Amino acid sequence: MRRFVLKRLGLALITLFLVSVILFAIAQVMPGDVGRAILGPYASERQVEALDHNLGVDRPLLVRYWNWAGGFVSGRWGKSYLMDEPVLPLVTRRLLNSLILGGFALALIAPFSIAIGVLAALKEGGWFDRSTAVVGLSLIALPEFASGIAVLVIFAVVLGWLPVSSHVPGADPIDWFRQLLLPSIPLMFVLFGYISRMARAGTVEALHAHYTRTAILKGLPRRVVIWSHVLRNSLLPTITVIGVQTGYLVGGLVVTETIFSYPGIGKLVFDSAIGHDLPVLQSAVLLIAILYMLLMLISDIVYTLLNPRIRLSA
Amino acid sequence: MGSPEVAAAGNGTPDEGFGAVRGARSWLGRQSMALLRSRTFLIGAAIVAFWVVDAVFWRAIVPQDPQALNPTATLAPPSAAHWFGTDDLGRDVFSRTLAGAASVLTVAPAATALGLIGGIVVGLVGGYYRGLVDDILMRVVDALLAFPLIVIAVLVLAVLGPSVVNVILVIGFVFTPIVARTVRSAVLAEREREYVAAARLLGSSSVAIMAAEILPNITAPLAVEATIRFGYAVFTSATLAFLSLGVQQPSPDWGLSISLGRANLETAPWISLFPAAALATLIIGINLAADGLHQVLQE
Repeated sequence: MRRFVLKRLGLALITLFLVSVILFAIAQVMPGDVGRAILGPYASERQVEALDHNLGVDRPLLVRYWNWAGGFVSGRWGKSYLMDEPVLPLVTRRLLNSLILGGFALALIAPFSIAIGVLAALKEGGWFDRSTAVVGLSLIALPEFASGIAVLVIFAVVLGWLPVSSHVPGADPIDWFRQLLLPSIPLMFVLFGYISRMARAGTVEALHAHYTRTAILKGLPRRVVIWSHVLRNSLLPTITVIGVQTGYLVGGLVVTETIFSYPGIGKLVFDSAIGHDLPVLQSAVLLIAILYMLLMLISDIVYTLLNPRIRLSA
Repeated sequence: MGSPEVAAAGNGTPDEGFGAVRGARSWLGRQSMALLRSRTFLIGAAIVAFWVVDAVFWRAIVPQDPQALNPTATLAPPSAAHWFGTDDLGRDVFSRTLAGAASVLTVAPAATALGLIGGIVVGLVGGYYRGLVDDILMRVVDALLAFPLIVIAVLVLAVLGPSVVNVILVIGFVFTPIVARTVRSAVLAEREREYVAAARLLGSSSVAIMAAEILPNITAPLAVEATIRFGYAVFTSATLAFLSLGVQQPSPDWGLSISLGRANLETAPWISLFPAAALATLIIGINLAADGLHQVLQE
């Protein structure tokens, strides 16, 4: 078990290194001649060279990567062009806001989706199964910006029940729902589709397994068969899917936070992309990638811990 | 490339590699018949076909010029003259919705093709050679997968500047590792089969074995993956257009129209609502086709 965790950690570190190289290539190398881009087409070659030298972009790529990565590790993330404040506290504050929104959506929709998926599987092929499949498929197909605009028009503009733009909620639980419900609906739509589908597929597989037939044939009550034989096996893959989906969730946050002007990391990514605020943009993207890898790692380890077949064989 | 056939004919007895290649046609015929019996696939394919025909021939279909301004009829609600109403410049929303299919159905297929080509090459090489090449490729794939699709697309478009070509490039680039994973796992199963060993013994080069032996035999998972990717490409390109990082004005593109319609949501929601409905039907159609394809090919 410890060997497994160490191996996964080692792989995650290698991946993290490659992630930083890819990000360095996109954010630092791809823009091309930095000095020329800043000074414009009329500056002389000498001026461009001087600026390149001052910025350090005329040095070899390896040296530039080393300085760039070193800056990240030691917390020197630079200063935002747009907001005139250090990047590190800005990005972490926004990330926290997004975790609140994403966590709210996930906490509301995950148990519900699993329950629906399991119920659909227990009546495989029935009307409930077929109608939830159609609903799930349609909700996955609806891009967040389309569903976001629809709920915005209905609940904020026409009915006026909820605010058009959301901010970070206070301590009051009613305020949580007021601020977070609308921006999390587009996320919940897509999450519901994925999670319920996965829960259904896992449950169907477990229902058809030999051990389930054995349990039924030896006369165990249906409730016992389902709770301790079927669900214990079927919900494991669903846990991994929830882990994978958190990565998607961040992409959805870019859209939903922009629509509802919620001050999370998704809106920060969008604003800094539009405003060419590269220091903020690259730090935010790196932080998102690291967080995603951590979640994958955790869901992998949790899956292993919960699965006795892997736990005991390792 | 043709070495297995020649060798098999020389032996007088068709070996397994030859049989697999010759059997491909009847396999394709059987699968096509099964697809035509799948209701899910047919409904999905019909919806997609409708939008594809519309995207190609919209100039002949639209009742009005989608760019024609009409200052006397701005923000008009749906009526007999304007089925879907008009936008803030008096342009006919029905015509713009029909014309808007063209941009998304140019970007999405191009991006999907790019991702498929890249993914097939990487997946074939990794899965066939295994070992160090595979290890390195898969680590890079893992690293690329750590970036959410929209986030890396936004980053690249911010650096390169928003344009249709850049949207195609970035979606294709992001799809490459995802397709590579699917191809690789299919190749891992196929490379142990007898026909691959036979082709190797007959002296086929590695490239020939990958392209002429293994690739035709992983068509089924590849077709499913391609359809799913196509759905995501539509989804992503529309989202990028919505975020004003893709197609620019005055294109009648759906994502862009939905975004511009936000300014008048309270008084004229039809400007955003109809393109949104059109986009949703296209993606649902693609997903239905993918589901049908998956069910048929799995059997």
